[in-house]
Amino acid sequence: MDLHFGDSKPTDDERAAVDALLGLPESSWEGADRSDADLRWARGGRAARNRRDLLLPGLHAINDRVGWISEGALGYLCRRLTVPPAEAYGVATFYAMFSVAPRPTTVLHVCTDLACTAAGASELCAGVEARLGPGSGVSVERSPCLGLCERAPAALAIRSGDPVRTAVSAPSTVREAVVAASAPDSAPEEPPAGAAVPQAGQDGLVLLSRVGVVDPSSLDDYRAHGGYTALRRAFELGPAGVIREVTDSGLVGRGGAAFPTGRKWQATASQPDRPHYLVCNADESEPGTFKDRVILEGDPYALVEAMTIAAYATGAHHGHVYLRGEYPRALRRLEHAITQARARGFLGDDVLGQGYAFDIEIRRGAGAYICGEETALFNSIEGYRGEPRSKPPFPVEKGLFGKPTVENNVETLVNVLPILTMGAPAYAAIGTGRSTGPKLFCVSGSVDRPGIYELPFGATLGDLLELSGVRPRLRAVLLGGAAGGFVRPDELDIPLTFEGTREAGTTLGSGVVMAFDDTVPLPRLLLRIAEFFRDESCGQCVPCRVGTVRQQEALHRIAERTGAAAADDIALLREVGRAMRDASICGLGQTAWNAVESAIDRLGAYE
Amino acid sequence: MTVTPLGIPRRLLEFTIDGEPVRAPEGSTILDACRAAGKDVPTLCQGDTLTPKNACRVCVVEVEGSRTLVPACSRRAEPGMEVRTGTERARHSRKIVLELLASSVDLSTTPQAAGWIKEYEAKPDRFGPDAARLDEEPRVDNDLYVRDYDKCILCYKCVDACGDQWQNSFAISVSGRGFDARIAVEHDAPLTDSACVYCGNCIEVCPTGALSFKSEFDMRAAGTWDESAQTETTTVCAYCGVGCNLTLHVQDNEIVKVTSPHDNPVTHGNLCIKGRFGYQHVQNRD
Ligand code: SF4
Ligand code: SF4
Ligand code: SF4
Ligand code: FES
Ligand code: FES
Repeated sequence: MDLHFGDSKPTDDERAAVDALLGLPESSWEGADRSDADLRWARGGRAARNRRDLLLPGLHAINDRVGWISEGALGYLCRRLTVPPAEAYGVATFYAMFSVAPRPTTVLHVCTDLACTAAGASELCAGVEARLGPGSGVSVERSPCLGLCERAPAALAIRSGDPVRTAVSAPSTVREAVVAASAPDSAPEEPPAGAAVPQAGQDGLVLLSRVGVVDPSSLDDYRAHGGYTALRRAFELGPAGVIREVTDSGLVGRGGAAFPTGRKWQATASQPDRPHYLVCNADESEPGTFKDRVILEGDPYALVEAMTIAAYATGAHHGHVYLRGEYPRALRRLEHAITQARARGFLGDDVLGQGYAFDIEIRRGAGAYICGEETALFNSIEGYRGEPRSKPPFPVEKGLFGKPTVENNVETLVNVLPILTMGAPAYAAIGTGRSTGPKLFCVSGSVDRPGIYELPFGATLGDLLELSGVRPRLRAVLLGGAAGGFVRPDELDIPLTFEGTREAGTTLGSGVVMAFDDTVPLPRLLLRIAEFFRDESCGQCVPCRVGTVRQQEALHRIAERTGAAAADDIALLREVGRAMRDASICGLGQTAWNAVESAIDRLGAYE
Repeated sequence: MTVTPLGIPRRLLEFTIDGEPVRAPEGSTILDACRAAGKDVPTLCQGDTLTPKNACRVCVVEVEGSRTLVPACSRRAEPGMEVRTGTERARHSRKIVLELLASSVDLSTTPQAAGWIKEYEAKPDRFGPDAARLDEEPRVDNDLYVRDYDKCILCYKCVDACGDQWQNSFAISVSGRGFDARIAVEHDAPLTDSACVYCGNCIEVCPTGALSFKSEFDMRAAGTWDESAQTETTTVCAYCGVGCNLTLHVQDNEIVKVTSPHDNPVTHGNLCIKGRFGYQHVQNRD
């Protein structure tokens, strides 16, 4: 490999941002000034190339400091990491939060996704753009769901510098969004995480029992509220015992695919190839989902403990949390929790004096829904474009860095704590026979008390909506997010279980429940969903790359039409949708047409 | 004497294709087995010398028990598999894929595309006159080859050929995402500012003519490119001692481009700038 780095030089700021992450370069081979010694030997080879996984953190470092990624900065980062610049450019341009063209130091992301649109995002956007025009030093960008749907409409300001500053404004008004963008440091503090949990403090909560109750910054408070009893139990049981408990509990993955967690852990644990990796998928980018954010902001040690248990059971010594890039407060709280846990011996070379080594590293996403797909997430961590890999081989065999990997999302992992503290039989007694345990739901839209709800599996959609104060004149409910499906107001007796929703011809997905009353223009909503998939397709396979575009075009054409006038385009949507479902590489393309199809078939959207 | 390594003997797998029992060596793809059984499965992104990226999805077949269709080019055959190649479901996806491709890029120089579009009754026009297309001008920034991404189906073959699978120059990559994804060098600069060493191996693997010799590009523009009037002669490159095979494509007594046989066990179709482009001295008759 004979890399060519071009002549552009980094600015002092850019160099400093990269060096703060990687340390100072040691020789001219990696970007330092040339010394006599450099003339005598070359550095590089495998050791240098093995640092490729620092590419994404490196791009973040530059983007955080300067606001965009220049040729000189990219070239310097590539030299430091022995990454070909063309590939690094391909990575940098993959993510929505990075820019390879100069832009103002402050970027204001204004959410235009479903819940926010229903809450007036268009007016907010127009108002903000009128106030923060060219020359204001702020670039206003329309953004997909920011994971703040319970406080829609939402905006997030990011000001580059050292350190980078962020401010969240939600529910936002034009004035508040402008304040957040022009003075992120003095913007008002966000409401506490517990505010997103209407049930906070109630008896009987399992997964949410600590959110809004415990001090998220205090390890001692976490322990005072039952923290780390599950890990002690895990050490008593041994790895095989933990896997047995998890298997007996009937826990299945909460990310949407509903795969049995015990089986996944067992399959990884038994792989002879080493090392094993643990990955926590905290890249929730499904429009309407914000439960990971609330857990990480309100009870971050729970994830640290749960990951330690999962790693212990599956023989991993290194865990990665892949966290959505748009979650600054969750990032700060989790970073703090990990540092504290490490300092107190709950992470590190000898966890709790049990001779077991485990540590956690956080990786920030940079604005790409597709990176929530498990194999795309591996590519992203490894420093490649976040494109899904084709399966087989499956991650339990060849996952992160090509090694056996267990990947679970945040909600799945935190379920392991009650399984170990209450025991598998007691846990399995919650919910229904085939969907065991408690389940989190993210409720937003036309309800009086939006937020995260915890219910045992088996409650009905109507129960949940009643609990959250659904408003009159309900028109439709979106279940499972953009990849899920719509149901009608007369279908509220659907039981919220995996089997119940499947029987009803829909899906629970990741637990999104968005209610829309009849003031919401359905065709606009459907067009927004289609735009979302068009924007978020990785572009790797043809049915999805072009299919999402053709679907969005067709929906655009029929937005104002109904009945016979729309029939042609609906037929076209169906044909393209069928091929996307059948022939796309990954779940994004396979599910991109679900919600729109359900709106046509169940809601009669264009009749 | 040429010694052809036989390798370790491979177990034969038994499974069925369209109901007929077939046997294929362990490690074969479904596509290998289909071709051996004389089944016609269209392919665009698959290449004989590269690891399939299975991006185009035109080769999809039905496999019993699989929720989705599977790409024949990359899925390995397994014992007991029941593969069906020509079902309505598979044909529907192929048809749509062809329509999606042909409505977004120019397939006029993609061999076989016109035939498949006819065979599958694909109607690329039905997405209407406003259907988004790439619509990009060819990039002519050097004297050796032209990049006409209006014809690019994003098969990733050129990226793989330039990168770790062959050339190790890593001059080009995919940038952007979704419909805006493009093959590009860093910062979308001209090729002449990149790490390209003009080996032309990317042209060798490009299945659509998006990458082509400048000579071919100019002749097509002038209307003088005539494949039927060309002869192909394979010879040994005279520049160095490696002994690469060159296939000279000659029209009207002029070399118009140079390719290299993919079944050569040493080079698999790869050449360097000299073998690929350094032929002017042969026809310099002054
Ligand atoms: S289905 Fe879409 S997101 Fe998934 S690999 Fe294909 S193009 Fe990428
Ligand atoms: S000519 Fe060779 S070096 Fe240049 S882009 Fe093509 S494969 Fe890469
Ligand atoms: S330029 Fe050719 S080889 Fe490269 S991706 Fe496009 S079609 Fe494939
Ligand atoms: S934050 Fe706007 S829709 Fe979720
Ligand atoms: S040839 Fe198989 S996916 Fe393209």
